[in-house]
Amino acid sequence: MLPLTLFEVFVRSKHGLSHKHVGSVQAANAAMALENARELYTRRNEGISLWVVEASAISASNPEHKESWFEPAEDKTFRHASFYKLPDGVGHM
Amino acid sequence: MMHSQSTQDVFEYLLRLGDSALIQGQRLCQWCGRAPFLEEELALMNVGLDLVGQARHWLEYAAEIQGHDCTADRLAFHRDERAYRNLLLVEQPNGDYALTMLKQFFYDAWHLPVLQALCCSSDRRMGAIAAKAVKEVTYHLQRSSNWVERLGNGTSESHQRMVGANNRLWRFTAELVTPDKSEQMLWAEGVGPDPDTIRVAWEREVVSTFDRATLPVLPSPHMGYMSARRGLHTEHLGLLLAEMQSLPRAYPDAVW
Repeated sequence: MLPLTLFEVFVRSKHGLSHKHVGSVQAANAAMALENARELYTRRNEGISLWVVEASAISASNPEHKESWFEPAEDKTFRHASFYKLPDGVGHM
Repeated sequence: MMHSQSTQDVFEYLLRLGDSALIQGQRLCQWCGRAPFLEEELALMNVGLDLVGQARHWLEYAAEIQGHDCTADRLAFHRDERAYRNLLLVEQPNGDYALTMLKQFFYDAWHLPVLQALCCSSDRRMGAIAAKAVKEVTYHLQRSSNWVERLGNGTSESHQRMVGANNRLWRFTAELVTPDKSEQMLWAEGVGPDPDTIRVAWEREVVSTFDRATLPVLPSPHMGYMSARRGLHTEHLGLLLAEMQSLPRAYPDAVW
């Protein structure tokens, strides 16, 4: 087994406003992870900025909590801004 | 077609650039399916294909100078070993990962200053090809120098392998930094790079990277091998060409 660490990769596309998770790479350190991410995830002109984060640094929600955490939001349509008419000057909502 | 000496010099120089990129690219592609892990596999192929793309540009230009119905493919696949002008360094077998990466590093450390200088060549077409390639090669050098540092500083095993790789390859580096008459002429005409600048840049890159990698810099290889410009290659090029050229030679009408 290679002594490599798993990193999660985030790419910002040319017109994107934020970095988006695209996948993961293995690497010995963060610098190498950036190079590997560049090779795997930007070779088809996908982005202009890269972040890598050690996978172990991410705290994730528990899949078992899906019902109690996320399903209650399903029937609360009043929380969406769909009842308002957006003024033309408002950009990304 | 009869050419002036200076056109002949340009043609030879285009073959040196194109053949070196092509053979280095072919060597990298020999790692396809064999790289130590997936990320490296992709990286090696990306670099290899960058170089094959650059080779196409240089050889297309060379083919135009050659005239008749010459094409880049014709130059790549229908020339024999003695007509190839690539650096001896790049035809050396891949060996282990230390050797592959050190070979790449020596090549990149030469390739980058050459391309940087060619960006201001009086030959506009050469300048345009170099300007496109220089971005790719800046990254190649960053990657290969990081690997030299990583393996040199890694375990005692990886360090030993880098020392072994250096002992095998060093003799072929004299060719990178020793100009011949034709290259001196191209420099004087404003077409080619200043050979002194290339030598200084190459040595500076090697010394500083080896320093970070805790690898010993060997004495200048005055007695190094540099016969490729006369078409005299090591025993490895013939085998490489036999494999690379077999398909277009067996099926001359084959198309993509």
